[in-house]
Amino acid sequence: MSSHDLAIQTEGLVKKFGDNIAVDGVDLSIPRGGVYGVLGPNGAGKTTAIRMLATLLRPDAGRASVLGHDVFTEGSTIREKIALTGQFASLDEDLTGIENLVLLGRLLGFSARAARRRGFDLLEAFGLADAATRQVKKYSGGMRRRLDIAGSLLVTPELMFLDEPTTGIDPRSRNQVWDIIRTLVATGTTVLLTTQYLEEADQLADRLAVIDHGRVIAEGTPGQLKAQVGSGALKVRVADPAQREQAAEILSGSIDAEVTRESDPSALLLRMDAGSRAADALHALESSDIEIETFALGHPSLDEVFLALTGQPVESETTENAADEQKVSA
Amino acid sequence: MTTTTQPQAPTTTAEPERIRKILVSKQDRPHRSGPVSASLTYGWRALLKIKHVPEQLFDVTIFPIMMTVMFTYIFGGALAGSVDQYVQWLIPGIFVQTLIMITMYTGLTLNKDISKGVFDRFRSLPTWRPAQLVGALLGDQVRYTLAGAIILIVGFVMGFRPDGGLLGVLAAFLMLLVFSFSVSWIWTVVSLAVRSEQAAMGISMFILMPLTFASNIFVNPTTMPSWLEAVVDVNPVSVVVTSVRELMSGIYDVGSMMTVLIYCVVLVAVFGPISMFIYNRKS
Repeated sequence: MSSHDLAIQTEGLVKKFGDNIAVDGVDLSIPRGGVYGVLGPNGAGKTTAIRMLATLLRPDAGRASVLGHDVFTEGSTIREKIALTGQFASLDEDLTGIENLVLLGRLLGFSARAARRRGFDLLEAFGLADAATRQVKKYSGGMRRRLDIAGSLLVTPELMFLDEPTTGIDPRSRNQVWDIIRTLVATGTTVLLTTQYLEEADQLADRLAVIDHGRVIAEGTPGQLKAQVGSGALKVRVADPAQREQAAEILSGSIDAEVTRESDPSALLLRMDAGSRAADALHALESSDIEIETFALGHPSLDEVFLALTGQPVESETTENAADEQKVSA
Repeated sequence: MTTTTQPQAPTTTAEPERIRKILVSKQDRPHRSGPVSASLTYGWRALLKIKHVPEQLFDVTIFPIMMTVMFTYIFGGALAGSVDQYVQWLIPGIFVQTLIMITMYTGLTLNKDISKGVFDRFRSLPTWRPAQLVGALLGDQVRYTLAGAIILIVGFVMGFRPDGGLLGVLAAFLMLLVFSFSVSWIWTVVSLAVRSEQAAMGISMFILMPLTFASNIFVNPTTMPSWLEAVVDVNPVSVVVTSVRELMSGIYDVGSMMTVLIYCVVLVAVFGPISMFIYNRKS
């Protein structure tokens, strides 16, 4: 594949901040079209990598081209074709929704009138028309995110960077953001998305890279990755902790899955392989006289992905939130 | 259960179909905005911020009144024999001093602003990058104008009667705005180079105190020891104060105006590129 067919190509990309190597030799080949997910915990180097590709940061070593243009020498051309929605709302909080969009529109070269019209059209499409003249600091998290994305679409970009678009927003807003991303991709824009949630990558990404400590530790389609990790996690909680051992035996006898005893004395976690049938486990438990409080099938958490890929759990504290998020959607 | 249909609720959610229409609508891609239009747009942003957060004008309204009243009445009698006479000498000086002091806040504001997410977006746009700084400084012209007008009004109330009339005062005002814009570039460098607002403040004061006091703002330098007088004479602040005093008295001295302009050009030529160098490498 020549570099022109690729949205992004990097070789040995490195960025250091003092002694801290934020990005440590990243090689990526991201095709045009679709969503490419970059999955990793906080501090893995996702944002730094995006900032280099969006020409906000100069790499210390390596090569990178975006839409066929070199990030070192053709930054200005790249900036004409991309849009960036940062991890923390890239909006002016003191200004109103429409003022933010007009500001960006004017900077992109629209006339005052065209910028206003385009701004209002976008606000309406994003369900923000009622909040057009309200200061952004009074917006909810989900509204900010939508406005933020609208700000990236004044001129439809060829490539859009979305840095953790759903971190810290409620599940309903998250579903809206997902819909927006799918719509965007359907019209031909390539999206590079970073996320801490495996489920999000699974839902949206055509391909994904898992990053840890500034390195790519796995790359492929969500299906390939799940084959490595297992398709899901079955969480069983018994009413009486004394019966947990008994339940564990029944479960490991009935389906092909590894049974983990959680720190919660009533809970068991089963990492399921593709093809394992949770229904079999449920049947087996039902025919015994163990009282079950919870029986939930969920996606493996980021923690489990990392455990499977690196043999080590994630070091940061954020995985708990990730696990919570998975539960909501399970 | 009610069977009446609800009226269509106002849209508060994103609608994929409308978004799709917007994205595919053949919107002609505009030509990228030029340096001037981009700078003016960022200047417009600064004005909008003043509109939404008017508290930020505190430093340009109260501070000038305080400076003018305090210095005139404290030093007036001792330095010039009477407050009336001293006002004629001091007002042009305090006018310059206050505006230059206020330029410092440009840097402080920028330091806070740049740490926010919105600057990442600005930097990812295909615009002339210095426009972000130039625009902020242009917006500050409004603040300087407000502060300057307040000083002149307070001065007038206190008995300041410039011989140059309105025209002379306006000419002096314009010159000072140009100079303040140029000085601001020192503070953009300071604020971009240091980590915290406090550090920026400390360094700015360290530069400003000697610059404004070792000048001809308060007293005639002929009373100073000769080495200090030499320093005061080349201090850009003294040069500006002299020119402002001349213009306000109706003296249009091309030589001293040119000197001020040369200082302005040098300040921008030195600190502008340094600012941009740091700005482009800022993470």
